[in-house]
Amino acid sequence: MLLPALCALLLLLALASVCLGSVRVPLRDVLSALWGGEVPPRSYNIIRHVRLPRVLAALLVGAALSVSGAVLQAVLMNPLAGPNIIGVNAGSGFFVLGAAVLLPGRWDIIPLAAFAGALLACGIIYGLAVTTGASRITIVLAGVAVSGFFGAGSDAITTLVPDAWTGASTFLVGGFAGVTMENVRFALWYIVVGLALALLLSHDMNILALGEETAQSLGLSVKLCRLLFILTAAVLAGGAVSIGGLLGFAGLIVPHAARFLAGEDNRVLIPASALLGASFVVGCDLLSRLLFAPYELPVGILLNFLGGPFFLWLLLRERRHRTR
Amino acid sequence: MSKTPALSLRGLSGGYHGEAVVRDVTLSLPAGRFTAILGPNGCGKSTLLRLCAGLLRPFSGQVLLGGRELSAIPRKELARLVSVLPQGRPVPGIPAEALVAHGRFPYLGYPRRMGQIDRDKVAEAMALAGVTEYRHKSVAELSGGQRQKVYFAMVLAQDTPLTLLDEPATYLDLNHQLELMALISRLRDQGRTVAAVLHDLPQALEWADYLVVMEEGRLAGAGTPEEIFRQGVLEKVFGLACRRIELDGRQRYFFTQQAGGDG
Repeated sequence: MLLPALCALLLLLALASVCLGSVRVPLRDVLSALWGGEVPPRSYNIIRHVRLPRVLAALLVGAALSVSGAVLQAVLMNPLAGPNIIGVNAGSGFFVLGAAVLLPGRWDIIPLAAFAGALLACGIIYGLAVTTGASRITIVLAGVAVSGFFGAGSDAITTLVPDAWTGASTFLVGGFAGVTMENVRFALWYIVVGLALALLLSHDMNILALGEETAQSLGLSVKLCRLLFILTAAVLAGGAVSIGGLLGFAGLIVPHAARFLAGEDNRVLIPASALLGASFVVGCDLLSRLLFAPYELPVGILLNFLGGPFFLWLLLRERRHRTR
Repeated sequence: MSKTPALSLRGLSGGYHGEAVVRDVTLSLPAGRFTAILGPNGCGKSTLLRLCAGLLRPFSGQVLLGGRELSAIPRKELARLVSVLPQGRPVPGIPAEALVAHGRFPYLGYPRRMGQIDRDKVAEAMALAGVTEYRHKSVAELSGGQRQKVYFAMVLAQDTPLTLLDEPATYLDLNHQLELMALISRLRDQGRTVAAVLHDLPQALEWADYLVVMEEGRLAGAGTPEEIFRQGVLEKVFGLACRRIELDGRQRYFFTQQAGGDG
């Protein structure tokens, strides 16, 4: 029941997002465009070249970031983990900027660079968690260090070669203004593969949640599985970053909300996170366009406004759990 | 369940970070019997169990299951031969039945779907462990004792000839402890081999068929309760006096502090 309801919610928000904005497009035109019917050229242009790429981008990025967060939380056994918290977004962003400067105009290489950066950051954090058995809070602090390091790299690039990429400042805040079908197409397969992997591995994530020893004694190859989970999380975060830039907290907030609705069974939690995340980011993007219309707030700013307090709440809850 | 293979250890040493906790242990767990592993805190009982389960690689020596080296058995196959109840575990917020169903994981190929046999085994295990009534309750909401029994049901659902339990009686009230002992005896009567780390010495002497006593990582003695009692192994290792009386047709054991000097 939950998943169909979330599908319906996503569809509704996506339609609204195509219709609403600085220029309104009648719902009739949108529907007939989808059905391949006659559409006034003005509406067609807005739908085809502005709104549709944008909604698709928001949908994919939302799903990818949220599932990436859910997978990271599972593999690190840490509810505080999220792609932005542990520095995965920052690592990804640094590599994207580096690629944009070194290989200008090669947009097809961007998702690969984003993936490589995400994987490097994931690897650092995971290596730390495994070799030192670091606590949940320590992992978050290590994430601050990793974020700081890669963030400094990004700042260095934008300062030294400010003209290399005009979109850099938008990229660092995160948002979907000016996103094209091209951007979406290059990252699409990363995200589709990542989502499929996460779904296929969801049962094994449930086994890993029983603890390393129990999982091992049930016949799970714990190391191999963890490696696959990390790769999945990195593919998804990389795909998301290459479209939407350094969008903040979606990957942290959504898995928690999905867990509240769907419970801890990853076979339901993963698809629920994908649908809820897609709805959430599509909805936030719509809101960011409507709030101060005709100006628009980059959706990354809106997400950080929502995510900051949420993260503080999580920290407080974590503290209560520990002292109880 | 296949025919029970025997588990034997030969000159086994193992531990953590290069430091041996278990040293040069040679013994066999009798097949189709209930073995209790005893010893003071920190003597290497749990480490011994982990080595037996293949959760820890030995530094030297061998663990043989039915004559095969444990490390040579593929992980999935091993999980169909040996089930383990570890000591510390996270508490997932999933229904008890879902947790017990995870015991069937070693039997599921891709895409991890359970068949009728699996569902029957889960229902059977839950009935045997007496947790059917909590079926739909979240494991996180159960009491410590109930949780322990649900985990035990998961191990039962794994349906292995050899079952290793690390302190299964901890957190349990006395009546639940006795239930657990009766349950282990029933498993043994089905022909399974069970080994459990236990703390309660009288319980171990009364219920187990075979005792393994550890002291500072070494084997202090192994044998039937009768042999262990006669040789005074527990008295020596724990520094306690042990007495036995027959009550209602069963041997009962009592431990008291050793009297200082004159006895």
